Amino acid sequence: MSLWIHESVVVLMMLGLYIVIARDNLVKKVMGLSIFQVSVILFYVAVGKVDGGTAPILGEGIEVYSNPLPHVLMLTAIVVGIATTALGLALVLRIREAYGTTEEDEIVAMDRGSAE
Amino acid sequence: MSHLPVLCVLLPLFAAPIALLVRHRHVVRWMAILVAWADLAIALELLSQASEAPIHYWLGGWAPPLGIELVIDEVNAFLLVIVTAMASVVLPFGPGSAALAIPDGRRHLFYAAFLLCMCGLLGISATGDAFNVFVFLEVTSLSSYTLIALGKGRRALMAAFSYLVMGTIGGTFILIGVGLLYQMTGTLNMADLAERLPAVMETRTVLVAFGFLVCGSSIKLAVFPLHQWLPNAYSHAPSMVSAFLASTATKVSYYVLVRVLFGIFGAAFVFGTAKLHWLLLPASLAAMFLGSLAAIFQTDVKRLLAYSSIAQIGYMTLGLAMNSVNGLAGGLVHLFNHALTKGGLFLVVACVTWRVGSSKLDDFAGLGKRMPLTVLAFAIGGFSLIGVPGTAGFISKWYLVTAALEKGWLWLAILILLSSLLAVAYVFRVLEVCWFREPPEGDSGEPPPNMWIPAWILIGATIFFGLWTDLTGSVAERAAAFLMGVG
Repeated sequence: MSLWIHESVVVLMMLGLYIVIARDNLVKKVMGLSIFQVSVILFYVAVGKVDGGTAPILGEGIEVYSNPLPHVLMLTAIVVGIATTALGLALVLRIREAYGTTEEDEIVAMDRGSAE
Repeated sequence: MSHLPVLCVLLPLFAAPIALLVRHRHVVRWMAILVAWADLAIALELLSQASEAPIHYWLGGWAPPLGIELVIDEVNAFLLVIVTAMASVVLPFGPGSAALAIPDGRRHLFYAAFLLCMCGLLGISATGDAFNVFVFLEVTSLSSYTLIALGKGRRALMAAFSYLVMGTIGGTFILIGVGLLYQMTGTLNMADLAERLPAVMETRTVLVAFGFLVCGSSIKLAVFPLHQWLPNAYSHAPSMVSAFLASTATKVSYYVLVRVLFGIFGAAFVFGTAKLHWLLLPASLAAMFLGSLAAIFQTDVKRLLAYSSIAQIGYMTLGLAMNSVNGLAGGLVHLFNHALTKGGLFLVVACVTWRVGSSKLDDFAGLGKRMPLTVLAFAIGGFSLIGVPGTAGFISKWYLVTAALEKGWLWLAILILLSSLLAVAYVFRVLEVCWFREPPEGDSGEPPPNMWIPAWILIGATIFFGLWTDLTGSVAERAAAFLMGVG
């Protein structure tokens, strides 16, 4: 049974990166970054899956189970992702206070206009 | 088993939340300084122990490859010393957080972020586990985004934001690379990876993993053309932060790249199968020339130093790309020397900013009369960037030129010397403004001792290590031979 996991990882990753690069709105950039990071989490979870395996819980009659290590690693990656998104949004908030906008092209124009 | 390796990483990690609880800014500041000094002592002890035999520390007593281990050999012990030494010098510098645009009640947060950043850098250096590298990298990155955002003026915010975007992409690339390697080998321990990789070396998955890892660490290292985040980040960050990050963060990223290339994949794969030198040589040369050229045309001295950093990183990656022991030794020596030089120069600029209120080149006019000793310090640091004999910068250029000649690449030796001429141009542009322009009306005099002593310690060290090359040279040579697998 294929769930198209690897294909969806690539699609999500590219979507995320595309948003980061193509969008001028800083909030959207942060969201793109978040999607990009989530795709990697999905990738790791897929790596740990063993065909026909169950959840890695010790019990009678369970012999084939998924590799729990990549899943555990992703707990850390999820924390990192949340921290990055939170910090990114906090910076956007400060940027909006300082510039009055969250559009990157407007900010760049304002910085050029006032050469300090 | 001695617990020093883990203590070195844990001291700043535990001090950071304590800083949040204590809140009193003077107490917190002194705690941070003491932590840095204690860590420096630990790092020096580790360096002397590691020069005899590499130290393996099993976290929680779990044996690798299942458990996580810290491996301290001469290469990263050297790095631990650099990071802790820079923190020890930078933390006591000047008014500390008082120079920052943050309210009095929140000053302790600056030190908490600084300690976390230091912890991350030490962790990256000490660990022998590939996933740990990613975790500590993110600890460093997240804290350095906050530190950079503390700079004066709203541009610091945008600089921090673009660094966050680039840094996260770089960090995630490293995570993908580690995941692919785990998929192929089933291990995360670096030594174990190096053992199991040869069996699957020719698969496309490993090549892709290699690409992601190199690309990710190159973003963090600001290898040309992935350097866009660096000039803004360093020129808008508070001077203390610029001094610390410029001398440690990129250096640790260089170490990550070196470890990935030689510690995991091995020189045969890197230069044989992947042919990385075809990519890294032109990129390094472009960095050396374009970085220096851009530095010449800057009107802000901090920004000038940031562009010069890109050029200097070019020298480091050039040493790496030469695929020889002497070349890599040159890269490692330059890592150390440039950390001292650039850290010192950023502190000197901070002294000037304290006096004249900005780091713009025009405001440096006549500084030679107003603060002669500070300008002298800048001149010495600048000479080290150029590579004048008697300064630390000369030693690393010497290694690089020797390595180039050893390969029979006369053209490369000439290019190294030519790019040094560009460094002459940007250093003397600043000195000319300082020495030959009339000073405007205003206060003159040297900065207070808590500013000039740290700056002069680093500047003095560039002379010291320019004359006494035993430590840096021999450690780097042994480390390079060890990494290339010939020692």
